[in-house]
Amino acid sequence: MADSSGGTDSTYATVDTDGTDGNDSTVRTPPRVNKAARSKLAGRQFRWTIVDILIVVYALIPVLWTLSLSFKTAETQTDKNFFPSDWTWQNYKDIFSTNEFIRALVNSIGIAIIATVIAVVLGTMAAYAIARLDFPGKQLLVGVSLLIAMFPQVSLVSPLFEMERQLGLFDTWPGLILPYITFALPLAIYTLSAFFREIPWELEKAAKMDGATPAQAFRRVIAPLAAPGVFTTAILVFIFCWNDFLFAISLTSTEASRTVPAALSFFTGASQFEAPTGTISAAAVVITIPIILFVLFFQRRIVAGLTSGAVKG
Amino acid sequence: MSQTVDSEPSEVVAAPSPKKGKPVLSEGKRAERRLGLLLCAPAAIVMVAVTAWPIIYSVWLSLQRYDLRFPDQREFVFLDNYIAVLSDGYWWTAFGITALLTVVSVVIELVLGMLLALVMHRTIVGRGLVRTVSLIPYGIVTVVAAFSWFYAWNTDTGYLSDLLGADAPLTQQIPSLLIIILAEVWKTTPFMALLLMAGLALVPEDLLKAASMDGASAWQRFTKVIIPVMKPAILVALLFRTLDAFRIFDNIFVLTKGANDTSSVSMQTYNNLIRGLNLGIGSTMSVLIFIAVAIIAFIFIKLFGASAPGNDPGGKR
Amino acid sequence: MAEIVLDKLTKRYPDGALAVSEVDIQIADGEFIILVGPSGCGKSTMLNMIAGLEDISSGELRIDGKRVNEKAPKDRDIAMVFQSYALYPHLSVRENMAFPLRLAKVDDATVNAKVDEAAKILDLTQHLERKPANLSGGQRQRVAMGRAIVRSPKAFLMDEPLSNLDAKLRVQMRTSVSKLQKQLATTTVYVTHDQTEAMTLGDRVVVLRGGAVQQIGSPQFLYDNPANLFVAGFIGSPSMNFMPGTLENGQLSTGLGQVALSDRVRRLAESANAPRELIVGIRPEHFEDSRVLDDAAMAGGTTFAATVDVLESMGSDKFAYFTVEGEAATSAELDELAADLGSADVPASGSQLVTRLSAASGAQEGAEVNVWFDADKIQLFEPSSGKNLTYSG
Repeated sequence: MADSSGGTDSTYATVDTDGTDGNDSTVRTPPRVNKAARSKLAGRQFRWTIVDILIVVYALIPVLWTLSLSFKTAETQTDKNFFPSDWTWQNYKDIFSTNEFIRALVNSIGIAIIATVIAVVLGTMAAYAIARLDFPGKQLLVGVSLLIAMFPQVSLVSPLFEMERQLGLFDTWPGLILPYITFALPLAIYTLSAFFREIPWELEKAAKMDGATPAQAFRRVIAPLAAPGVFTTAILVFIFCWNDFLFAISLTSTEASRTVPAALSFFTGASQFEAPTGTISAAAVVITIPIILFVLFFQRRIVAGLTSGAVKG
Repeated sequence: MSQTVDSEPSEVVAAPSPKKGKPVLSEGKRAERRLGLLLCAPAAIVMVAVTAWPIIYSVWLSLQRYDLRFPDQREFVFLDNYIAVLSDGYWWTAFGITALLTVVSVVIELVLGMLLALVMHRTIVGRGLVRTVSLIPYGIVTVVAAFSWFYAWNTDTGYLSDLLGADAPLTQQIPSLLIIILAEVWKTTPFMALLLMAGLALVPEDLLKAASMDGASAWQRFTKVIIPVMKPAILVALLFRTLDAFRIFDNIFVLTKGANDTSSVSMQTYNNLIRGLNLGIGSTMSVLIFIAVAIIAFIFIKLFGASAPGNDPGGKR
Repeated sequence: MAEIVLDKLTKRYPDGALAVSEVDIQIADGEFIILVGPSGCGKSTMLNMIAGLEDISSGELRIDGKRVNEKAPKDRDIAMVFQSYALYPHLSVRENMAFPLRLAKVDDATVNAKVDEAAKILDLTQHLERKPANLSGGQRQRVAMGRAIVRSPKAFLMDEPLSNLDAKLRVQMRTSVSKLQKQLATTTVYVTHDQTEAMTLGDRVVVLRGGAVQQIGSPQFLYDNPANLFVAGFIGSPSMNFMPGTLENGQLSTGLGQVALSDRVRRLAESANAPRELIVGIRPEHFEDSRVLDDAAMAGGTTFAATVDVLESMGSDKFAYFTVEGEAATSAELDELAADLGSADVPASGSQLVTRLSAASGAQEGAEVNVWFDADKIQLFEPSSGKNLTYSG
């Protein structure tokens, strides 16, 4: 039987926005026995490699510098060498010996995870409604979430500071979680509705014809297909929450809820006379590790998530 | 069961059709509407409650002289705060600095981002590596990166300042502004590049081939084909980045704490509010910044017609 | 198994556009009825209204005598096969076919039995555990049909199920669909834009245009007795030739010369009060190379001489294209027909005549041929309304 295309495509999760799956944007010269062609290809590869190396250097210099500082002893901090001449784990031991950093780490992790979970749940519901259902006020909601994405966060600091003080939310986990959710929601809705739009509308029609209620259609057909998109959105939201600094230093005052970015700026050294360079660097490395892991493992998803919205939008 | 007769449909005795006029929504459509509103409600409530109410409250606060260090002296002064802020040299300096930082960093990010996007799109070596690596600046906590730059430039540990022969750059205005711009650009160029790359991927390869058949050089193809087709993506990226850049805070805080006239408007607000505990002035600045951002967004959208994402009904049918 | 009745069914969109206009169709139990027409004629909308995926603006839809306008799709006990198949990509073939049964909370044993049975009918047994992404187009199409079959619904609705397949596969699947329908004897409503599918598959065909029914009847009947210009031009491939003609005192003058009408045709034209200016329609298959025929066969027809413009030799037939003198037949109906069939942009000077000659014909491109046609098979149309004056229903 002759093979033919047609029917539903089943790869929804990763939006191939960069054209890597399949067509290459460059005109590749297929390696032929022809020597001239091969050396031409080698030449191009060489040039591109140089460019790539430059980019890698660009991206990694601050990271590597911090890494190097974290391993330097107190005396060699100021030697301005890229590579530590004197290796030590002392800085790392220091930050984990006091409560300050550990507590901040716990705060960061807890607040980021809770905010992410809530934002993703609310965002998924809203994104589904926006992408698939018809209801009054849809445009308004999209407009409002857009506005919030453009909102200057600093404008909220004053009122939230006062409000949280009076409500007893100042310096608490919910005090940070609420603003995080609010500002993560537009991102979540934007990304998720792009993913939802990837799923063919006809699948829901088919489910309807097969006898499913809208809830059943969502649970059995849409949700499994949206799972990758939800996962990607969760990663993006987590990075957003993990990263925040402004709210963290404005709405917290003690280690009760201070997250790592804020704690970093209040670090003191091992003693009063020493600059906390080493410990700050060590702390910086520790909180960067999860991000690097995320990026390493989920690069494709992250790129797809960040760009699919832009493509559709 | 085939019928060979009949071509004109015969009249059927039908039950009287239901009331004419306004179309009655079927059960299905009504359930759909209910579900839609229900699903959006929580997100909408959170978003509006945590932004709308505080802004209104902020406006209210800005009309008062309210210093937390002297809570008894709280009183309504109406627009006095606004006059105080708007006639204050510090505010306008901060505003100017913010504008300068915004414009310069966004322009650089656009150019560099475009270059990076082209590389990410077209490299034939290590494409995955380049993409992964360029996400790192995006993912890194801003203050972490800021500290890294701090230690690279300050007098005690700075290897870059030694390398370039600069003398304590973080203590002077212009050099520190340059460093701040460097920190900003480093962090967000890859993100810009990603957005631009998505737009780049939309340029049909056929169009470029046709252009080169028509005799266009690489530069001409870039300016006459790629850029025009990418215009919507560029504008959206530009809009978001500009608004983001206007809010600059993290890098300045770590690098200079705003010393030497390097404060941004966000920095000033923070200083007045958290350090000065002056709610009245702090709120005034908050409202002013809000208005500024709104104006920028409005200009952008009106002037360049940047389309709002998620507005198309294309996902439905 | 059920009878479906569309009673003055209308679909009007909020902006006022009329997609389906007062359609009356009675579909008998077990019948295979085809809705055919050019794109935009409202056939898919009609199908969606029967399914319950679109609201009905006015009119009544009855299944088995009961009004179902307000019923949700799942309560109508109808199954649908979509053009894109709409298979659930995260489920295996087995689970795809079992989906409707699981929603209905049928027990596992019955589900498996029904799925296995459907798989056997559709020759899918060896694919049951695979995912749709790993199937060919034809296999996916059969899975879509399997999902519809397992429920043993009252009726099948099929929305251009074969359009996404390549030509050869389409021909094979056509016969499978036909056999399947006869085997299951379920009422089937089938939508297509391909008149070949309409002609070969249906018990009856409904020709639609602009939301209105043009004609309903068996394929052969529509072919022999089109009710108007649109149906005449739409049904049959290659399509009917149209040229202007003048009827005076029982004599028809056309670009092919004087044509002696058969008695039957003349009587029909007279009783229909045919106007003087007419559009004459003759199907390509009613022409023949006069050298191939003997005198007896040529009685009752007219011959004319013409030069062959283009000759397409298909092996089994020869298609000869001629240019007929005089202006092309014009009428608003013909223009719309051309637009619908997509031939509007091709400029034609004079009338182009398509004739199907037997393979034995010695016709050559550029050479003159004596062409005969059967005068009894002429159809006469009124130019303004497109109505077939020689209609004998």
